[in-house]
Amino acid sequence: MKWSMVAIIVGSTVLADLLQSFEMKRHVVAAEDLRPGRLAGMLGRLAQRGPLVLAVFFMAISFFAFMKLLSVADLSFAVPVTAASVALETVLARLVLREKVTALRWAGALSVACGVALLAM
Amino acid sequence: MVDLPIPNPQSAAGRIDLKTKLLTAFVVSTNVLGNFSMSWGLKHQAVDLGLSPLAYIRLIFTPWVLLGTTLLILWLLSRMMLLGWADLSYVLPVTSIAYVLSAVLGKVFFGEQLTWQRWLGTLFIVMGIIFVGLTAANTTKQEPER
Repeated sequence: MKWSMVAIIVGSTVLADLLQSFEMKRHVVAAEDLRPGRLAGMLGRLAQRGPLVLAVFFMAISFFAFMKLLSVADLSFAVPVTAASVALETVLARLVLREKVTALRWAGALSVACGVALLAM
Repeated sequence: MVDLPIPNPQSAAGRIDLKTKLLTAFVVSTNVLGNFSMSWGLKHQAVDLGLSPLAYIRLIFTPWVLLGTTLLILWLLSRMMLLGWADLSYVLPVTSIAYVLSAVLGKVFFGEQLTWQRWLGTLFIVMGIIFVGLTAANTTKQEPER
């Protein structure tokens, strides 16, 4: 149960993050849009953007799987282990989003992934 | 020896750099506190979640889980904003400090055990964040549509 929840969380988080990053760079949300008077309008506009709706759907799957995981595992296990997505997402950011991942950034992502693996032990 | 650029807060790049740092701090805080509230609520609520959607919905409206959910919604929105101008491969590692802070909160408030592997893991994550923090936040320079 514990590891199947981890797999669901990682898979849905990867898809949600790729969709969010792709879509948010096409249509930027300005800081002023977070003011109380404009927030509802901004949320309405976000809800009309297909990739973001799909991203929120995947995040909802991840959220409920995370709730289930928290009910059966320690916080200090549940949070770090789900960061297994960092290495996978860095590779996909390079391949799918065409980000320039420098040697320093690869080293950083690898270091974070190793750290997360150690935290999950 | 590598010369690292020192951002000038008056310049456009400096403002974006400052904005990135402030928003990153907000993203990390809402994530850590949101996860903590959720965990606190779930640990103090003797419920069997099973697979019934109703049990999950009922649980969301208990005080700590509701606070956690609200904080995680704020986290989601602020992270979306951050992804609007920063690379995904930048945002992921620099916000990973949240994993370390969650492990510390787990130890302090829930008495969870932090072994030497977990401390070493923390060191690796901090090193990774420093490495990625030294790179440019946006390498794609896409022209956004408003």
